[in-house]
Amino acid sequence: MGIAVGLAGLAFGASAVTAGLSVTQACVLSLFAFTGASQFAMVGVVAGGGNLVAGTAGALLLGGRNSLYGLRMADVLGARGGRRFLMAHGVIDETTAVAMAQPDDESARTGFAVTFASLYLTWNLTTLLGAVGTSWISDPAVLGLDAVGPATFLAILWPRLTGDGPETRTLRTIAAGGAAIALAATPFTPPGVPVLIAAVAALAVIMRRPR
Amino acid sequence: MSAVWWAVIATCAGCYALKLAGLSAPRRLLDHPRVQRFAALVPVALLAALIAVQTFAHGQSLLVDWPRTAGLGAAVVALLLRAPFLVVIATAAVVTAGLRWLVA
Repeated sequence: MGIAVGLAGLAFGASAVTAGLSVTQACVLSLFAFTGASQFAMVGVVAGGGNLVAGTAGALLLGGRNSLYGLRMADVLGARGGRRFLMAHGVIDETTAVAMAQPDDESARTGFAVTFASLYLTWNLTTLLGAVGTSWISDPAVLGLDAVGPATFLAILWPRLTGDGPETRTLRTIAAGGAAIALAATPFTPPGVPVLIAAVAALAVIMRRPR
Repeated sequence: MSAVWWAVIATCAGCYALKLAGLSAPRRLLDHPRVQRFAALVPVALLAALIAVQTFAHGQSLLVDWPRTAGLGAAVVALLLRAPFLVVIATAAVVTAGLRWLVA
């Protein structure tokens, strides 16, 4: 998992600089946002010359995942007082997966802390490397770095779409619908906005068919 | 300060606030089925939309950039072959770069 996060960090640093962000801006995002998909989403909108408000909104919608993780982990982590403010920063996909896989609360807390610390270091170091490396290249498109962003999203999305069962079928429909809606909206709305419209379509499904 | 900096700061502050809100909120929120549906469905719609837009949109126009599209196709093949994350991303970049080099 460390290597995968390391490569994603390199890819993020590269994408951010390709999009026109400075090395410092890329590193600030990794240090303080520290949630990969949101960072990629925000940078992707900037790359398309997009509306920054829409880019930020997309990043925050994706970041809403982490709120759910936090809800689930609050008891396990026993986060109270000042430590909660530090722990909160580590509540992301990978740390939640590791903590939830542990047999008891004690090892869950240890797993969370170890994963958080090592991923935080790896993610930020590789962001720096990717951003600095890319800022030396005159045209990142020559290296195919513009394919890295969408390929990263695809790799994150893939496990949710594979498998059987009605829930997976619903997810596939929503994925196909989201992509189609975003493309259909592209000519008519500023960059960044089509992605938000696709998310609103998912919201419509949620409101209509609660289970 | 530039507009991009404001977006960077807003994204950082917002993402942290969302994490903290989760740890601080009452747990019974989690029992609400709509909250769970939101967590499962919205990221899928967002990610799929992002893949589509970043592959086929350039500003407000749609275009097929063949090397990039082929790179994504290669990533799909890598995923079907259960390649690790690292290989998937590298495949997309290498195929895209290779095709551009061939065409140029």
